[in-house]
Amino acid sequence: MCDNCGCNVTAGNAHLLDEAPASGGAIEVLQRLLTANDRQAQHNREHFDQHGVFALNLMSSPGAGKTALLEATIDALRDEFRIAVIEGDLETENDAARIRAHGVPAIQITTGTACHLDAHLLHRALHDLSLAELDLVFIENVGNLVCPASFDLGQHRNVTLLSVTEGDDKPAKYPVIFRTADVVLLSKCDLLPVLDDFEPARAESALRALGRDTPLIRVAARREPAVSGWLTWLRAELSEHRRQRSEYRLAPPAPRPPHAHRQPPAWLSR
Amino acid sequence: MARGCTVEFDEDVVVHELSVVQALLRQIEAVATAHSAVAVRRATVQVGPLSGVDPGLLASAFEAARGSGLTATTELVFESLVVKVHCRECGVDSTVVPNRLLCGRCGGYRTTLLSGDELLLRHVELGT
Repeated sequence: MCDNCGCNVTAGNAHLLDEAPASGGAIEVLQRLLTANDRQAQHNREHFDQHGVFALNLMSSPGAGKTALLEATIDALRDEFRIAVIEGDLETENDAARIRAHGVPAIQITTGTACHLDAHLLHRALHDLSLAELDLVFIENVGNLVCPASFDLGQHRNVTLLSVTEGDDKPAKYPVIFRTADVVLLSKCDLLPVLDDFEPARAESALRALGRDTPLIRVAARREPAVSGWLTWLRAELSEHRRQRSEYRLAPPAPRPPHAHRQPPAWLSR
Repeated sequence: MARGCTVEFDEDVVVHELSVVQALLRQIEAVATAHSAVAVRRATVQVGPLSGVDPGLLASAFEAARGSGLTATTELVFESLVVKVHCRECGVDSTVVPNRLLCGRCGGYRTTLLSGDELLLRHVELGT
């Protein structure tokens, strides 16, 4: 939804707009509460697009295997694409250090107490990356199935992981984050034989019940990495993204002058 | 997240509703300033069940985050909204629950969300 074309008026609120306000003197606003974040996200997307970089936002519960998936992905694709990773965590550089050990640049954003990345935090990290030298940027969001879903970062695709050590009803419990997914990865699938309470078919029907035909792909990123379905999806999405960009490309946006980034709000720092 | 519960916000507890409230306060203040108002009597927001934001937490965060300025005595009002989907197979619109967005007639999952993910500042009533 934007604030320009009237798409903020939905089937759910149109009738309210026909009613007179409860008392006189009300000023109609009808603006998305996250307008400032949305604008910044669009700006971030322009940064990516200026350099033809494809950006993916990875979301899941803590410990679902986002970093392990990225390690396996980097090992498989390092010679094919130029990759960088932006890591979001409340504390520590641990995940960035794990990624760097695989030979690609990683920027760590520590959010302090904040439970999600937002577009402003991501923008600061973008200025520490040489986007002109990259094809793929993975953004590993803070492990959390609630908050990251509400904040657009400027990514091109959302990837949501559901590890098989969690409940197979997670899509029904966290509909917002699973609805935002362009692909859902069932991670740690090598453990399925020893888990008797996770039924991939039940996870899939919970996802379908959200009105989504999102692909559901099984992966196992550790020991003997089995991530080929994910890599196939990723390559296909990247070439589709590039095809659309070359086909429908408008006049490229004017290059932005170098700009400083704003400091994060005081409540973000300890 | 329990709906409607009272949450105390201290330095160790941050929920994303707090980020949303900070954006909301800025928008309310911008409207009030543009109309040279000295106070805001009421602000009405629309928070759909699929917006990812909990109205109870948003209300608590609003109490915690507003300062002593224009919004010191503002009443925050929620307009409730339903989740509606349009079936791409049979063309019927249905009202559904947030984690079961299936067509009410044919049960199909190829649906398009018509409403339920709104997160909007609807209107602002200024005071004197």
